[in-house]
Amino acid sequence: MPGAEALLYESNPGDDQRGKILRAAAVCPVRAIVVDQAAGESDATASPRVAGAPAGHGRIVIVGAGLAGWRAAHALRREGFAGALTIVGDEADEPYDRVPLSKQVLTGPVPAEGTALPHVGGLDADWRLGQPAVGLDRRNKRVLLPGGEQVAFDRLLIATGVRAREWPNSEEVALDGVCAVRGRNDAATLRHKLAAGPRRVLVIGAGFIGSELASDCRELGLPVTVVERGPAPLAGALGAVIGRIAAGMQREAGVDLRCGVSVSALEGDPEGRLRRARLSDGTTLDVDVAIVALGSRRNTEWLAGSGLAAGRWGVACDAGCRAFDVNGVVTDDIFVSGDVARFPSPAYGYQMLAMEHWGNAVDQAGIAAHNMIGAGPDHWPHLALPVFWSVQFGTEIKSVGVPTCADEVVITQGSVTDRRFAAAYGRQGHVAAAVTFDQGMWLEFYRDLIDRAAPFPPRFRSWGGSEGTSRARQPVPAEIPAAPEDLASQATVVLTGHEPSERRAVLVDDR
Amino acid sequence: MATGSIFEQIIDPANRADPWCLYRELRKTPVTREADGTYVVSRYRDIVALLHDPRVSATGGVALPGRLVNLDPPAHDRIRRTLMRHYGPPEAPGRIESMRAGLQDAVTGLIDRLAGQNQADLVDEFAGMLPVTAICRLLGVPVEDEPRFHAWVGAIVANIRLQGTAAEHARRRRDDAFAEMDQYFAALADARREAPGEDLLSALVADDRTWAEVSREELLANVALLLFAGHETTVDLIANGILTLLRHPGALKRAGFEPGFAVLAVEEVLRYEPVLHFLPNRLTLDDIDVAGVTIPAGAPIRPALAAANRDPDYVRDPDRFDPDRHNPECADVRPEESQHLSFGAGIHYCFGAPLARLETEIALTELARRLENPRLLADPPPYRPNPLLHGPAHLPVGFDRIRPARQSGASGVMVPYLPTKGT
Repeated sequence: MPGAEALLYESNPGDDQRGKILRAAAVCPVRAIVVDQAAGESDATASPRVAGAPAGHGRIVIVGAGLAGWRAAHALRREGFAGALTIVGDEADEPYDRVPLSKQVLTGPVPAEGTALPHVGGLDADWRLGQPAVGLDRRNKRVLLPGGEQVAFDRLLIATGVRAREWPNSEEVALDGVCAVRGRNDAATLRHKLAAGPRRVLVIGAGFIGSELASDCRELGLPVTVVERGPAPLAGALGAVIGRIAAGMQREAGVDLRCGVSVSALEGDPEGRLRRARLSDGTTLDVDVAIVALGSRRNTEWLAGSGLAAGRWGVACDAGCRAFDVNGVVTDDIFVSGDVARFPSPAYGYQMLAMEHWGNAVDQAGIAAHNMIGAGPDHWPHLALPVFWSVQFGTEIKSVGVPTCADEVVITQGSVTDRRFAAAYGRQGHVAAAVTFDQGMWLEFYRDLIDRAAPFPPRFRSWGGSEGTSRARQPVPAEIPAAPEDLASQATVVLTGHEPSERRAVLVDDR
Repeated sequence: MATGSIFEQIIDPANRADPWCLYRELRKTPVTREADGTYVVSRYRDIVALLHDPRVSATGGVALPGRLVNLDPPAHDRIRRTLMRHYGPPEAPGRIESMRAGLQDAVTGLIDRLAGQNQADLVDEFAGMLPVTAICRLLGVPVEDEPRFHAWVGAIVANIRLQGTAAEHARRRRDDAFAEMDQYFAALADARREAPGEDLLSALVADDRTWAEVSREELLANVALLLFAGHETTVDLIANGILTLLRHPGALKRAGFEPGFAVLAVEEVLRYEPVLHFLPNRLTLDDIDVAGVTIPAGAPIRPALAAANRDPDYVRDPDRFDPDRHNPECADVRPEESQHLSFGAGIHYCFGAPLARLETEIALTELARRLENPRLLADPPPYRPNPLLHGPAHLPVGFDRIRPARQSGASGVMVPYLPTKGT
């Protein structure tokens, strides 16, 4: 559903588009993806200045062949890493971009196969796809693969990301029509099912992904019911105050939104196809497709027993992406990046931050790669404030900072009625985060307030709004859910305390 | 000889051709207060912050009531959204690109007219002719009406002054020009409602959402703004581009013959020889701290965009003309260096930027291809006295001959207005 700040996406454009792409790339600040290289060149050419650097050679293993792993591999080669590179991935596919899986792949323009990330061939890497890592032997510096195989490394990058939380009932999950959306195959299947014109789609969970899925269904003209256990969509990520605005957006778009409700049962027919859903509010829906959007689990199980600080909230690392062990001792040969990482955030007292977003994966992977092959004084810190965005119902929602740590929120600019506004979050009297609905240009200003720990609420004279001035704009409690489960299912970014070890890692709840 | 502040030296017409060391001086004091109470801000990071600051209003400077450049939210946002809807993505993603063939033909025609000459003033005979044609095509203005726009635009831009007041008769001429343009567009909009064309104005007036969101006066005033805002600026950009390429023969050659290079060259010309050196209409609504200086509420501020474009904290080797710094295929490139401020930043980011880029790309490519042995006949060329918009008044260029155009194969329905020579 295109809107004023909608992002458009085109994968694998033809050569006739090259001029257009160059024009777009010349003006675009987010340039993570390498534009087509001249024939014959590859990333594997070492640039002289790094070949002599401490880790310009040797063996690097990247576990995780998603966006972060792919980005790190490219960055390693670009920075001049000339040694052996092995990439291990549990999915059989070569790296692909997940962003369009909940958007354009489902609504039409992009087929699931069209999401491949470019230039995998030029990396001169040993690809072990379809082989999930099952363990890590730090003493002998080996990654353990199924069947007893081992891959030796000098340096390791952990980029195993997250997987979708599964529907807890295994019989119901097996029904034809019960879908997840995490991987490309999921998206291809779902695209097919949506195109078949189901009577009604049920979306279970109204976090960012669930909300985007509902938006896709409406764009396809499909009846859709969204069932959300919490008080409002996006409440786990942005709090219920902002969530209620999102709820308004959904209902205006024709979504049958049920908050404070959960799914009691999914029922099928004798052929094993989904037919009905029973909800906790007593109603029964006839549905042909149910999409489970209950958040994610970090892929850290394979690190159990390795001695690394790995657990439910991810693998803890320092500001240079170097992994910690369970006692908080930093390693010198193991790095982490992407959704699976927990890393310190100066703006939040150096608490560990866990976040799931495209921009973070790209940035952090580039920094990790640089640090893996450089000398200490040349290391880059990964310190930027977290930013994430979602496109749904014709609106771009963008956020900076950690909304989930906030106790209060205030609308600071724009109009809630028009669904174009900026809001700031406060924690203990300081600005801690901000969110914009189609007002992304102003986020820079709030980023600065967060960096400076500016007083909350931010009071400043600005132009008059259509909804009056400060009279209408008092801070209110943000209504961020306290329960860890709800946060796990919806929050894009959370603070997870100072403890590296998962044994003692807790969600900060001093609001 | 009184030198005055650095800022006063910068706007002194004598320094028009080479203000760059003055800008370097200016950046040493990130915020300076001028005698008339305006605050000049010259570092890249400070200007970026100000242009994304809701405490900064665009309603200062020379009053252009009802026009986007002089409006704040919510009116600004409402009107801009309406205009954008049929101008670019998501609803009209092909609007600018669809003008490519016609612009190509216009440029070809302008260069063809130079055949048989050994020199030309590439402002009067080339750069000055193209932008009005482009915007008139965008807005569906009939070709035969283009000369009237040249006259109106001339009256309007002649009166942009940074300091002091315009003479009374000059200001009346400007106001008359605005009034006449608004009337012209009113009549054209009515005509398009009856018989819509393929242009932006037709698309806007045909859409009920337009009339739900903006008033008739707002629509017409801002359509006229597009023309006025996009004329002189683009003329100067093209002229600055020609000037810069003629001073860098390696880049000139690549622009003509290396696919995609002209795109990079345009971006670097924007950074290196920007057109709008200052933003003239910002003022603070609240006290704002910039680089340790508190700019009080209600103060006019002058972001020095040209100074920021050469801020060494923003870009490496800022005084080097290097189009490859915008090339995503170059290993050493930092994408943030492409974020120059020549089109501004924030919600007022230049509306016409995609069109200006396209015009300039085509213009520079074709000149590079067809002028044989081109050379500047005056370096530096004479500049206009305008301190706000920076570009040569005349650009005398010599060449051995004009090479014939390639067969473009374009659909070419765009016939530019070409005034009889000598008028």
